[in-house]
Amino acid sequence: MGINIALAGNPNCGKTTLFNRLTGENGYVGNWPGVTVEKKQASWRADESVVITDLPGIYSLSPYSPEEVVSRDFLVRDRPDVVINLVDSTNLERSLYLTTQIVELGLPVVVGLNMADLLEKNGDKVMPEKLAHDLGCEVVELSALHGSGVDDLMKAAVAAAKGRAAAKPVVTFDAGLEKALTRISDIAGDKVPQASARWHVIKLFEGDEAIVARLGLSADQKRQVNEIRHDYERDADDDAESIVTMARYDLIAELIPHFIVPAPKKVSITERIDRVVTNRWLGLPIFIVVMVFVYWLSVTTVGTAATDWTNDNLFGDGWHMFGVGTSEYEDAQAASGWGGDVVVEDGQLGAIDESYQDFSDQISGYIEAAEEAGVDTEGVQDAIDAGDVDSDVVTDFVNAARDAGVVAQVAYADPDGNAVDTEGEVLDTTVTTDGEGGVETQVVVPDGSQQLMLTVDADQFQTALDNPEPDPADYGWWVPGIPTLVGDGLTAIGVVDGNWVRSLVLDGIVAGVGAILGFVPQMFVLFVCLVFLEDCGYLARVAFIMDRIFRRFGLSGKSFIPMLISSGCGVPGVMSTKTIENESERRMTVMTTTMVPCSAKLPIIALLMGALVGSNTYWWISPLFYFMGVAAVIISGIMLKKTRWFAGETSPFIMELPAYHLPAVRSYFLHIWERIKSFLIKAGTIIFGATILVWLLSNFGVEDGSFGMVDSMNNSLLAIICMPLSYIFTPQGFGGPGLEYQWQATAMTLTGLIAKENVVSTFAVLFSLGDLGENSTLMWSAFGSQMLNGSVGALLAFGAFNLLCTPCFAAIGTIRRQMDSPRWFWFAMAYETLFAWCVSLMINQFYLLATGAGFTFWTLVAFVLLAAMLFQLFRPMPKYEDRGSSVVAAPVAA
Amino acid sequence: MKTLRDIPVGSSATVTKLSGQGALKRRIMDMGITKGVSVHVDKVAPLGDPIQVTVRGYELSIRKSEAENVIVED
Repeated sequence: MGINIALAGNPNCGKTTLFNRLTGENGYVGNWPGVTVEKKQASWRADESVVITDLPGIYSLSPYSPEEVVSRDFLVRDRPDVVINLVDSTNLERSLYLTTQIVELGLPVVVGLNMADLLEKNGDKVMPEKLAHDLGCEVVELSALHGSGVDDLMKAAVAAAKGRAAAKPVVTFDAGLEKALTRISDIAGDKVPQASARWHVIKLFEGDEAIVARLGLSADQKRQVNEIRHDYERDADDDAESIVTMARYDLIAELIPHFIVPAPKKVSITERIDRVVTNRWLGLPIFIVVMVFVYWLSVTTVGTAATDWTNDNLFGDGWHMFGVGTSEYEDAQAASGWGGDVVVEDGQLGAIDESYQDFSDQISGYIEAAEEAGVDTEGVQDAIDAGDVDSDVVTDFVNAARDAGVVAQVAYADPDGNAVDTEGEVLDTTVTTDGEGGVETQVVVPDGSQQLMLTVDADQFQTALDNPEPDPADYGWWVPGIPTLVGDGLTAIGVVDGNWVRSLVLDGIVAGVGAILGFVPQMFVLFVCLVFLEDCGYLARVAFIMDRIFRRFGLSGKSFIPMLISSGCGVPGVMSTKTIENESERRMTVMTTTMVPCSAKLPIIALLMGALVGSNTYWWISPLFYFMGVAAVIISGIMLKKTRWFAGETSPFIMELPAYHLPAVRSYFLHIWERIKSFLIKAGTIIFGATILVWLLSNFGVEDGSFGMVDSMNNSLLAIICMPLSYIFTPQGFGGPGLEYQWQATAMTLTGLIAKENVVSTFAVLFSLGDLGENSTLMWSAFGSQMLNGSVGALLAFGAFNLLCTPCFAAIGTIRRQMDSPRWFWFAMAYETLFAWCVSLMINQFYLLATGAGFTFWTLVAFVLLAAMLFQLFRPMPKYEDRGSSVVAAPVAA
Repeated sequence: MKTLRDIPVGSSATVTKLSGQGALKRRIMDMGITKGVSVHVDKVAPLGDPIQVTVRGYELSIRKSEAENVIVED
């Protein structure tokens, strides 16, 4: 026969530590569906038939917060076989307040005096047997951290469950109150469940509506109970809830001297730390230092380095084990002219071994020049591409070209693919369409400047041929990356380039898995920091320090951390909202935090600024977009706070500042693992599915009259879908009819959902610009002048939409996981998209109006939206019916 | 009428009554701020709100607006 144990106690009483110790590797049987407040369940590692339910940390069984409701419903309705009430011995008065409520439930109870060793170390004398007598249940001293007493606790719990003897407290409230309770008990009679009679009678006295409704008293019984309550309230000049609360604390004041002989009080370590850490003057600077350190470790250095390593090596080409061979490889690269920095001297490139040179440009340029000079070039490029530089075709060609005296002038391109002048300055490139779907490019050379051309003669051509790009696998201990390995494996079984299975596996599945796993190292580093700050007690102080700023926007003081982390990456940012206890504040933070631009959005910003102002190196550009992100968060916070779903008074901030302590190693790592696991499972499936879906859309379509894999994205399903979708962006100026490139910007936005930097690479693919990046002047001019007709309003609108709309799938998956409710998840997605749509519409329309375009229907829409936003921002807090409590429930019953 | 908000940092006061109602009042009481208990105001947060108090031997943070519901005497 199985035994059901409920584990109840205050937040920070060591419950999680005890739960982890008891259940260990058995892990969690599962979070409870449909409930956003977490209850965890797992079996005892010593006996599988004993199931332990870890209830949320609570201070009271009052009906106000979701945690309290979940806990008391479980205890009253599901009636576990025994309740273990864990009590923080260093905080007895407040901890026993919950105990006095639990022992009334008519359930077998075992009280665990956690951290009793600390009391005794302090010189206090603890006598648990006296407390056991007063409460009428077993009391066991233990240390969840060190493990002492845990076995005794479980032995007592199992015995109590088998004995089925409910706790029978000996101590009572004062005589007057007891008399009133007895009268209520007589009136209610058998309407009250006999096992938990005392608890129900007290609830009737308090007038707890949920309980009164459930008991089904007759109108007359209700009237009599109300009469008793009103009389008592009048005599005591206080309300019933206060009377009972006071009676409980009076009871505890009476209990404690029975079982504890205290030693003189000393200044605690916590007090001493807090004198510095939350000091009026030092508090903020220390907070900033701690935050900078967390950011530095998880975003700037270790975390990002680990994630980059995973993306570039494990899910890239491969890497040199322990770096063996890296320096030899780099030397070989530099020596062969394939790596290094640009050095321009006297209008020519510097010495070959210290310059960047793309030999492939020189090779193809020379072949082109030779062809113009009448030399036979048939098959030469193919032979070189295949690596046969010593074949007869190539040798004959070199000799023929040498005899013909072919000398080519090849435009030099820097690592970003840009043409430079002889001073090393980057030159602009203009783009025009050739009317057949292709583009022609023209380098703009200003007066007094000269484009840097490389002179390639037959000797230089031979040099280029003789220096093939070195293969890193030839140096040191090379470990190939997963895509390389899988690619080799596919080749071995005959699945070669061009086969759709190969593309599905490499670009779909492997890329999808890589997208998920790539985040794990960074998340690990982040949670190593955050879980430590949380477990040691500092996060509660962060809320204390930042509360004043954030509560204005309906956010928690703890919302600062997700926002900060999101400026690096939204995925760990959203994950870190876990530390916000208040549901409404947590949801609001989850919904808005990804509006802060993450590092993957920086290429979009760079491309945009290049297209707008011809340079993306101004220092003020990035801060501007961060500012826009933060402004979006603040505006959203204020607007959402006044909606029905987030309304209500700001949640109370009457919060315990727990004593500082070092986390237990085991519990610490389980805590970290639990969070990473939930990301992998819940977010991972969404990321994976979505990546494959977009792969399918962009690689399949109708080409030459038949359905299949397409060569050009212009014929893909993505293009077909984006065509109608693009009408949505008509008022934003970057989609819809009237544009030469009607659907492309929409397609860029869609592929941006895989990863935001894809916006830039998709653009390059759509315009056949190869692998040019956001720093290429050609990309800027193609993006600005061609695709969006040089409309500044449309460019800004496109940028705003892409930065503010739903984040990438990885972050979307994480949001889904954090919201833990489909409706809230879709609400968040809809809000983000709609907000981005409105903001980008206003940007484009107001820009058009300001630059003299006429007043149109959409201008009107823009003004209406602006008015609506301003109204929502500045109107007073509306009153909603039936929202007396400050605890906000789901907008639509989840 | 003096409230917990008016108590200067570093001094103590005794609670005489709680005003307000519903969840907020219950929460204040559940955390141990009840009639007759002595509350010591430890400090003010760096930005001026909330405050930190010691009650029943532990540290509690409470916003000034919430502290106004706690009526005290020196």
